[in-house]
Amino acid sequence: MRKKIPVVENILSANDRLAEENRKTLDQAGIFSLNFMASPGAGKTSLIEHILKGLIEGVSIAVIDGDVATSIDSDRAQAAGAIALQINTGGECHLDAVMISGALTKLDLSQIDLLIVENVGNLICPSGFQLGTHKSVLIASIPEGDDKPYKYPAMYRGVDALIINKIDLLPYVPFDMEYFRRGVEVLNPGLITFPLSCRTGEGVENFIKWIAGQVKQTTVPTKLRLKHQP
Amino acid sequence: MHELSVTENLLKLALKHAEPTKANRITDLYLVIGQLSSIIDDSVQFYWDFVSKGTLAEGAQLHFERIPTEFLCLDCNKSYFPDEEQVSCPYCDGIRIKILTGNEFRLEAIEIEN
Repeated sequence: MRKKIPVVENILSANDRLAEENRKTLDQAGIFSLNFMASPGAGKTSLIEHILKGLIEGVSIAVIDGDVATSIDSDRAQAAGAIALQINTGGECHLDAVMISGALTKLDLSQIDLLIVENVGNLICPSGFQLGTHKSVLIASIPEGDDKPYKYPAMYRGVDALIINKIDLLPYVPFDMEYFRRGVEVLNPGLITFPLSCRTGEGVENFIKWIAGQVKQTTVPTKLRLKHQP
Repeated sequence: MHELSVTENLLKLALKHAEPTKANRITDLYLVIGQLSSIIDDSVQFYWDFVSKGTLAEGAQLHFERIPTEFLCLDCNKSYFPDEEQVSCPYCDGIRIKILTGNEFRLEAIEIEN
């Protein structure tokens, strides 16, 4: 006998549920977390290096790097002073909640105030997979072109902050900022935006201030936490 | 590669819902996919044949219902179907919008045999 059974469930609901678990784990440990997404070469790792250099004293930072292969990015993060963990996805085009859940078990969460997850460089797939992080940040860059919000709407729609990197290249490449921002505004009204250049350092401070504010709201710096421990 | 993990999740979800019914076989899956969800039907079908092998859902037929993207303009209150050329409101050029449809990404139902 044939029978139709209603399901009505999101195809990635299992991932979403695990993402919620990850969020709880992070909340309990008092960690504020960011998911950095961008196309390859937009400047995710360079921006993380700036954050590691520029963030206020006493904020301990961990970086989880997702790449198809190599540990180049986590090596860079570690060299800049982070607790770094590399996930090689072995071909998968994005990180998912399962990978983050596994990574969290490998970190000493009591020593971390800020966790930055550097997703696989890709403007499509990472947008579909919740990780459990508190805020998603998209790093766009000038040479990619001003049409990207129109071409990758799902990515631009789902983020909480937008970096526009490589603004030092504006005089040299055709990039209509008005057109770009209009596309962003349609998809994500009022999105907080940070134009900056990782190369010259211009504007980086504003983004670091934003992160520092977010960390302050959600976590107790490691040193203060340690004082209360027996 | 994105479609592979989507397909694996789809299989898990279908099997989870078939299990309590004591089904012998899952014959059909009915999917509702909004235009804003970036997956390609042919790729999902391709991976499906591979990942479903040896499971209750082997050889099941996938049915895709595609939902077009529809925006509601919050300035003039008219709805429209945007495209790559025209994302702003074609009536008043407004850019404050609400997404009415297009985000769907769900397994609506399965058909089983027992």
